[in-house]
Amino acid sequence: MFKKILIANRGEIAVRVIGACREMGIATVAVYSDVDRAALHVRKSDEAYPIGPAPAAESYLRMDKILDVAKRSGAEAIHPGYGFLSENAKFAQACADAGVKFIGPTPHAMEMMGSKTRARQEMARAGVPLVPGTARGLASTEEGEEVAKRIGYPVMLKAAAGGGGKGMRLVHTRQELRSALESARNEAQRSFGDSEIYIEKAIVDPRHIEMQVLADEHGNTVWLGERECSIQRRHQKVLEEAPSPIVDAGLRRRMGEVAVRVAKAANYTNAGTVEFLVDRQKNFYFLEMNTRLQVEHPVTELTTGFDLVHLQIRVAAGEKLPFAQCDVEMRGHAIECRIYAEDPDNNYFPSPGKITVLLQPSGPGIRRDSGIYEGWNVPMDYDPLLAKLIGYGTDRQQAIMRLERALYEYFVAGIKTNISLFQRILRDADFQAGKLDTGYLDRLLAKANAAIASSAPERDIKALEKIAVIAAGMFAVLDPASPVGKNGGTGGTSSAGPASLPSNWKQKGRSEGLR
Amino acid sequence: MVYEVVVGDKAGGKPHRLELEETAGGWECRLDGQPVHIDALIPRRDVLSLLVDGRAYEIKREQTATDLHLWVGSTRFAVELRDPRSLRSRQKAAGDEKGPRKILAPMPGRVVRLLVAENSSVEVGQGIVVVEAMKMQNEIKSPKKGIVKKISATAGAAVNPGDVLAIVE
Repeated sequence: MFKKILIANRGEIAVRVIGACREMGIATVAVYSDVDRAALHVRKSDEAYPIGPAPAAESYLRMDKILDVAKRSGAEAIHPGYGFLSENAKFAQACADAGVKFIGPTPHAMEMMGSKTRARQEMARAGVPLVPGTARGLASTEEGEEVAKRIGYPVMLKAAAGGGGKGMRLVHTRQELRSALESARNEAQRSFGDSEIYIEKAIVDPRHIEMQVLADEHGNTVWLGERECSIQRRHQKVLEEAPSPIVDAGLRRRMGEVAVRVAKAANYTNAGTVEFLVDRQKNFYFLEMNTRLQVEHPVTELTTGFDLVHLQIRVAAGEKLPFAQCDVEMRGHAIECRIYAEDPDNNYFPSPGKITVLLQPSGPGIRRDSGIYEGWNVPMDYDPLLAKLIGYGTDRQQAIMRLERALYEYFVAGIKTNISLFQRILRDADFQAGKLDTGYLDRLLAKANAAIASSAPERDIKALEKIAVIAAGMFAVLDPASPVGKNGGTGGTSSAGPASLPSNWKQKGRSEGLR
Repeated sequence: MVYEVVVGDKAGGKPHRLELEETAGGWECRLDGQPVHIDALIPRRDVLSLLVDGRAYEIKREQTATDLHLWVGSTRFAVELRDPRSLRSRQKAAGDEKGPRKILAPMPGRVVRLLVAENSSVEVGQGIVVVEAMKMQNEIKSPKKGIVKKISATAGAAVNPGDVLAIVE
């Protein structure tokens, strides 16, 4: 087993991995950019080294600096977390060349899965179900029109090097195809430096369901159950759960077996996730494989009882999987909420800044993976994910109730968060009925905000409004240190002074009068 | 103390009149002229434990450079508190349409570009500057119709919450 691991990441995932290393008696090395000196992962690690300025390209993406720290500190392995260098085959290769173990798959497997067209070709050969379409980039608009005619509209154009929705276009008719293809090519070229575009049949209102797999370096590969990830906004996942409300034991086994076949076709090792699109008839199609630990891995951990980070480290150290497929049992239900620094009143735009108050929930059935603390300044340079709140229960209903309770207790001030969004989702009738697809969240957000902001009837809102009025006054008289009077939108100025605060002159006058 | 308190996001909502007076045993409270029996304490900063006729509420305060929200349980209210004796509060109450309005940065970030020039006329909700944070671009909009008197933001500059970006009159 390794004695020391470098964590090439920041935020909640770095804290999560550092915790797992401590549990396993492994020393940890953190790296940080100039704006992250006070970040939680630096505080929690055994060693920490600066790797450059705030922009990720000059710090967390600098392979040379990270490998230099690994060498200087004597780390034997690197855990890349998710994002940053986690799916970079060149980095995995550079680690191997430097004699440091990369905790993840081989560069070869990452390369195969990194190109969506190449992955499609390999998977077609392995007999994995694919959405009808081309397995290679389109040579011309005419070819695009021909393929679209064969598979039928609507079709989806996708960038081969894509991700995050960039270079994606939904096309309903032949007339739209040419201009959509051109703009998709341009966007793909700008975003990924590669204008290759392929075409797929568009699955209407699909679910996004993924299967966790784990493979050791001795040829053993297992699946660990699915995660329902249909609740997305701007192609980013917001809430995930395990198991999926529509997957039964038979479908789970079939998806799991296909996922294992995908992993084996790529000679895959370590933890990975096979993403599927599922249509209304519960047909599932291979979408892509994510060659890293996923943000939403905790829901699988809670429902299977396995610690995926422990297992990643053990597999990377050359151990065999300590269990077989027949030992994998899903139990209970887990739901994860991604807590983002975003302003729900302003179209969910990012809201970095200083966290002035932080009240965090815990208690039965609640897991919190967090990278923040009170008094910390959330930098504006990185992803807005602050923490993950996961509810676990014997069934879906109990997991929902526990999450609602925990969200009620969760409070972050100083910056805006999307906590209120989850209260809306959890109370929504379609969510409770498990009626989900990738368009779900946009539909929910389109509904009038105020009407759904609270489940309380109008009469109760009026009563609570009175409480808010009294509370505003009591805050002003009891806690005048905080500027309650300074508010009211863009008109407030610091020179005005809070209404409740005596002015400096008044204060001066009083203190002098007392003398 | 006497306060005027407006709840809700709509400007010009009807204010509640709140009178609070400290007594030997606690606070005497009148809301819109009606006495309310309350007991209040602050167990920690930005958290208020309020008992009203035996009913217990925990209220949390969310304050940014530009606005104030109170959470009563899991219901969130935009709140504006005015001291009717203060001149500025009276001006505000008289309506925001009159006089210059400062446009403040709602979050830390970097000014990407300016969308209007000084002395140009703008409509309510028209974008004034674009501020980038966490790889997202956020258009900061004008709160009123008028003339852009001054633009203090410069493209490429870092801003902190509460910094004045522009003034519209």
